[in-house]
Amino acid sequence: MSSRFRANSVGSPIKCVGLTVLLLAGCETGVRPPAPVAQSTPVAPSTPVAPAEPVYRGVVDTALSPGAGRTLATIDPRAAKYYDNPEAVKVGKFLFGSMNCAGCHTNGGGGMAPSLMDNQWIYGGRLEQIHQTLVEGRPNGMPAWGGVLPDDELWQLAAYVRSMSLPETLAAQGSGNPSQSPAPVPRAVDEDTGWAAPAATTNDYSETLKGPDGPQ
Amino acid sequence: MRTLSVNGRPVTVFLLSAMLAPLPTFAQSVPAAVPQSEIFTREQIGHALAQPTPGVGRTAPSSANAPQDDGQWSMPSKNYAATRFSSLTEISPTTAKKLQPVLTFSLAVNKGQEAAPIVVGNTMYIVTAYPNIVYALDLTRPGAPLKWRFSPQPVPASQGVACCDVVNRGGTVSDGKFIFTTLDGQVIAIDVNTGRSVWRTQLGNINKGESITMAPLVAKGRVYVGNSGGELGVRGWLTALDEKDGKVVWRAYNAGPDADVLISSQFKPFYSGDKGTDLGVTTWPTDAWKIGGSTAWGWVNYDAELNSIYYGSGNPGPWNAEQRPGDNKWTAGMFSRDPATGQARWFYQFSPHDEHDYDGVNEQILLDMPFAGKMQKVMVHPDRNGYLYVINRSTGQVLSADPYGPVNSTKGVDLATGRPIINPEKETKVGVQVRNICPTASGAKDWNPSSFSPRTGLLYIPHENMCMDWMNVAVSYIAGTPYVGADVHMKPGPGGNRGVLTAWDPVRRRPAWEVKENFPVWSGTVVTAGDVVFYGTMDGWFKAANARTGAALWRFKVDSGIVGQPVSYRGPDGHQYVAVLSGVGGWAGAVVSGPVDRRDGAAAIGMVSAMSDLPKYSTAGGTLYVFSLPR
Ligand code: HEC
Repeated sequence: MSSRFRANSVGSPIKCVGLTVLLLAGCETGVRPPAPVAQSTPVAPSTPVAPAEPVYRGVVDTALSPGAGRTLATIDPRAAKYYDNPEAVKVGKFLFGSMNCAGCHTNGGGGMAPSLMDNQWIYGGRLEQIHQTLVEGRPNGMPAWGGVLPDDELWQLAAYVRSMSLPETLAAQGSGNPSQSPAPVPRAVDEDTGWAAPAATTNDYSETLKGPDGPQ
Repeated sequence: MRTLSVNGRPVTVFLLSAMLAPLPTFAQSVPAAVPQSEIFTREQIGHALAQPTPGVGRTAPSSANAPQDDGQWSMPSKNYAATRFSSLTEISPTTAKKLQPVLTFSLAVNKGQEAAPIVVGNTMYIVTAYPNIVYALDLTRPGAPLKWRFSPQPVPASQGVACCDVVNRGGTVSDGKFIFTTLDGQVIAIDVNTGRSVWRTQLGNINKGESITMAPLVAKGRVYVGNSGGELGVRGWLTALDEKDGKVVWRAYNAGPDADVLISSQFKPFYSGDKGTDLGVTTWPTDAWKIGGSTAWGWVNYDAELNSIYYGSGNPGPWNAEQRPGDNKWTAGMFSRDPATGQARWFYQFSPHDEHDYDGVNEQILLDMPFAGKMQKVMVHPDRNGYLYVINRSTGQVLSADPYGPVNSTKGVDLATGRPIINPEKETKVGVQVRNICPTASGAKDWNPSSFSPRTGLLYIPHENMCMDWMNVAVSYIAGTPYVGADVHMKPGPGGNRGVLTAWDPVRRRPAWEVKENFPVWSGTVVTAGDVVFYGTMDGWFKAANARTGAALWRFKVDSGIVGQPVSYRGPDGHQYVAVLSGVGGWAGAVVSGPVDRRDGAAAIGMVSAMSDLPKYSTAGGTLYVFSLPR
């Protein structure tokens, strides 16, 4: 599973270490649609290269990037209006129940299907990635909803799913079932540059499980 | 139901009530136990048609249904009577403390391992949870090396339609073939010598929500298989295949018109409530039987004496019973059928119009038992609904029904009508949180089978002591997705111990002894002629108890929790062995084996709240363990 700390580095330079031309080519693999190749000659280590234009690179599920290079990711324009949108997560929550997502994923805690409230993502946790998961389905038992529901609703569902693991949503948990008061998804969560948790974040999902007789 | 406009489109409101009434527990700790005062006592609600007459004869299976033990273990239930009794005596209350592991083997699958290891001709056969790998181990050689391994490669998407972990309950060796089912709905026969498939038949359709997890019954040239998916609005069936080529001989649906249910003039149910035309249609709202569950994912018996097969039908769907007024025939009951044609002979409904997910699929043990002054051919069936039924196998008449776990959802079984007496306080409703319903949805016990010793006359029932809070939630049917409509939070029953091993005396209608366990006992039991009963716990202990007293004799900590079916066999060296699979999981163990978050108490269909501490005690695994005495 990929962690919440993604290989995206929006706004930061591409760190494509050009040890060899072959590795350089690796910088751009998996790009969809093809990204403009910034240069045709090897770049010296740590030379920042400004992209010609922002690149939408589609779904990337991994924090590994050959040659330590990274492509620029921006917010998918289609996703833009579902950020910071309280209505989207509210409708998404409603659809999550009425479309029987909850039958497999419960209130985000999972059961027949993986937990969605832990911010651990098999297929990526960016809004566009969740949307892609909903459109295409996933091999181990996630139905494909593309064409079944209007695209707008798939984005709303994606926003709700993303919201489940937000600290704000978890904090609003109170004493009820989780994910009942979904916080809007801040655009910033998909713009995080991080290989590491951002400083001064409440976004700490680490957990210590004490044994039955462990220290209390 | 109301409609609401979402994105300019009318949408039926089902979840409104759930939104308005959040549940009180955010399950990180196990909820408090239900008080004893909430439960009816055995004396209050147990019923029998006659006083016990133990003097009339000894309770035992007939030799036709439980032939002389050959020391092998060719089918999960051991024999047609399903006694799970081994006649081996080397391991006894005196020697058991010396038991030690002699063989382990990694199954390479860390999901709930519910299967029984099968031993025939000095080879052991094991089928794992999804992806349903079959291993054949050569017991004649040191370390029991692999003879072959068969990977059926079921469709991965089938994992998404498995309600309660991706389990498999084992295969059977018959006539040189190992016959088992796969999660994606196949039945496969493998040549035991070559490890190649002889035939494979696709029976289930995952796009309708069907999967298969049960152990097929193989008897008299037929293979009997039923579907799973009662939580996904499937239409339940039992199918008979020809053992030689896997061709379908007949299929009986467990709901719908008589023609589909294979009900005709042969059908002679005992109670009047089961008499009438097309009750499988008329006891449902229009067309609801088509998506009403009534699967057959539990145990099938063949009765060699009466030439009948018996099996229980699953819960009606959705769980929200307000969406399906009526008795919902033929769900949550027991069928007797003609093995040749599938025609129904009798049916008895344990839970008409079930409101609590009380499937009728638990095991039945076929016995000759003294009752009302004479020996009778009965089946003994500990049901999910909390009652242990003794039923006349020829007629389907209930002779006695006694609670063996905590019960308050009903006030006994009316033996004149056969119907449970409903407790209105525990009926489930939309938008109302009905509290402390006992037993819980997974029952006073679930699928995991009991064993019976003709030496002690006792039934060794591995079971649960759990209750629940339940609120109905309106739900729509979308093929291939869950069709449940209930928000369930489980909790421990009175006393707080979530599991019990009960040694039940079916003649005197009471427990001889009980052993309390912290977690639900989700493993099967096996009992031996050495008077030792074996079972496993979800926190990873494999245990031996004295079959007469319940006294603990020995235990061994395995790598994971145990939810499998222990067996006992004679090895190639002539000595007694006991084998079991570890690998916690199943519905109760999903909080460890599944991708489940403990912070959602409703997760795993309500199980997580009651099991949220299991991860402190066991981790996922999957290993064969074999034990014997030192030599
Ligand atoms: C039939 C059961 C089922 C239903 C219904 C279902 N899912 Fe899933 N879902 C799954 C399974 C199983 C997976 C894991 C798939 C995999 O690993 O390949 C999954 C995966 C996902 C993921 C990917 C999680 C990750 O870690 O990358 C998302 C997001 C998701 N589901 C959202 C939804 C939404 C939203 C709905 C309703 C529109 C829904 N699911 C309905 C079974 C289901």
